[in-house]
Amino acid sequence: MLKIENLHARIAGKEILKGIDLTVNAGEVHAIMGPNGAGKSTLGNVLAGRDGYEVTAGTVTFNGEDLLALAPEARAAAGVFLAFQYPVEIPGVNNTYFLRTALNAQRKQRGEKDLDSMQFLKLVREKLKVMNLPNDLLHRAVNEGFSGGEKKRNEIFQMALLEPQLAILDETDSGLDIDALKQVAAGVNLLRAPTRGFLMITHYQRLLDYVVPDFVHVLADGRIVESGDKTLALRLEEHGYDGLAERQPAGAEA
Amino acid sequence: MSSVVPSPLLDSLLEAALPESGIPWLDAARRENRAAVAAAGLPDTRVEAWKYTSLRSLARHGFAGGDPQAASRDIDPSAFALPGVAGPRLVFVNGVFRHDLSALAELPAGVVLEPLSRALAEDPEPLRFVLSRHYREVGDAFARINAANAIDGVVLRVAAGVEVAASVHLVFIGTPAGAALAWHARNVIELGQGSSLALVEQHLGEPGQADLATLVSDIELREHARLRHTVLQAAGGNHLIRRNSLRLHAGAHAVMHAIELGGALVRHDLQVALIGDGARFDGRGVFMPQARQHIDTQLAIRHEARDTVSDAHWRGVATDRARGVFRGAVLVAPGADGSDANLSNKNLLLSRDAEIDTKPELEIYADEVQAVHGATVGQLDEQALFYLRSRGIGTGEARALLTSAFCCAVLGDLASAALREHLAALLMAHLPA
Repeated sequence: MLKIENLHARIAGKEILKGIDLTVNAGEVHAIMGPNGAGKSTLGNVLAGRDGYEVTAGTVTFNGEDLLALAPEARAAAGVFLAFQYPVEIPGVNNTYFLRTALNAQRKQRGEKDLDSMQFLKLVREKLKVMNLPNDLLHRAVNEGFSGGEKKRNEIFQMALLEPQLAILDETDSGLDIDALKQVAAGVNLLRAPTRGFLMITHYQRLLDYVVPDFVHVLADGRIVESGDKTLALRLEEHGYDGLAERQPAGAEA
Repeated sequence: MSSVVPSPLLDSLLEAALPESGIPWLDAARRENRAAVAAAGLPDTRVEAWKYTSLRSLARHGFAGGDPQAASRDIDPSAFALPGVAGPRLVFVNGVFRHDLSALAELPAGVVLEPLSRALAEDPEPLRFVLSRHYREVGDAFARINAANAIDGVVLRVAAGVEVAASVHLVFIGTPAGAALAWHARNVIELGQGSSLALVEQHLGEPGQADLATLVSDIELREHARLRHTVLQAAGGNHLIRRNSLRLHAGAHAVMHAIELGGALVRHDLQVALIGDGARFDGRGVFMPQARQHIDTQLAIRHEARDTVSDAHWRGVATDRARGVFRGAVLVAPGADGSDANLSNKNLLLSRDAEIDTKPELEIYADEVQAVHGATVGQLDEQALFYLRSRGIGTGEARALLTSAFCCAVLGDLASAALREHLAALLMAHLPA
């Protein structure tokens, strides 16, 4: 589904990603771990198409299509979803209106018919119930005045509604207490499906206790330096990210 | 400070025959005002109140004084229909009262609503004080022009204690008359003690027009009167110069929402005098100039009594090569102790060639005053734009969504939900694609 080959990217002239190779197939959950500054969030932002990131080498294909050639809205319509590390507050834009506009914009790009407000409300209610979220979330402005936990839950709720093929979760666990973390993880687990891939970017192993990954990759200094199964995360928890330098592939440039 | 250099604009206005009313004091006032304009000319940009609005280009055009066919021009009433506004209505076409388009049949008890021309014909004396006013400043040129030339307008009075349920609708339509036209309207509105009224003032015109209209309104709120005043300006390609002067007596409360969408050169002088203890003014405005439009709002609030409150928030959005001007001046006079003034103007520039000049001013001469003011000019939030796009919303729609949210933030407390939604939809439709 997602195939990243030799991806190099820089921001403001500084090279952050220095040759990433990664394949995510449908049904798989991949965790990307690594120390601060390793390039984890950059990877998520490059995949979602945020301005300011310059891809200098490499390719990213999504279902065989050149993902990097698409505008952010076209990536979304193609099925890519980024759960933001810092969800943006948008005063004056009602959450329901925003969600309906987003869903219908995606449907339109895919050549599907708009959902009318009745159909949409039915869908929203259903997803709220499944995600165990309060109704009042719908009547507020997008993320405005939301607590940290509410913002992250709203991201997962949007994901549930938009039903992407590939979900990128950028430090969705950061800033959450244990109860909020469990709620968010439960939401993610509900969305695991044979047709859906996940890329979970996280600094801590904690989230992986609740959302058990199929693969764990360690990103350090812009490269994936180690890959393994969920036990890799446990080893990292034990030994920390120190000593990663020794595990870098032989001959890799600094 | 002003150009007495003859301009086609002034020449055409000064050469037009003065309307003769047969009322000695009125004809005298008209002559005096005309003489004052002739002597002082039009203000140039060295006059502080006209610093950002140059009249040079407007002054090069002459305008015919009045449309002889105004009474019979074909107007589609659906053009001024507004949801939630179904009360008494007064309609003017090119400055001329149109009985056929108005709705005056069932006026609520205690309400006088009639064209100024009729009020003058029947009993001019109650209008003497307002219509004899002298305008002293050179910046008042258009008020003088209006005083000299206006033959019609609105007279609206609400008796003490009367609460008018239905919104009163005032409609000013500019419609093409062949040659460039100048017309003028003079409005006199008074709310008696403890009365309440919702007023909707609407300006319409067509894009291809380039006429000139001046409107001067005196609005008096007696003790504890309440006014909700909504202005919807969609004057097409016309030049529209308006002055609303509000005087609020003790405990009176005025709420204004002003939406400025149309017009080539638009000037709105909004003067609010809080002259009685505890008077309160809440003002909200949106101006959205596009193409080469120029929209100038001059808000002047005077706190002249104790414990008066003003809360004014205007938002501007300029695109293309358009220009917006906002000057908000709050003065708290000596003795207006305990007053509370809050003024803000936030603006969005959506193109590199657009310009917005904003100038908040605060002068305080009283004690225990709370005053806050601020102005910003910026662009759309890139983070928010990316967030919307990452959810599948295209750039154009995302920009429109954020711009509309920016504007609608000041419409939230508009009392009529139907009108609020209509105005929000108008704003959204007005946004550049």
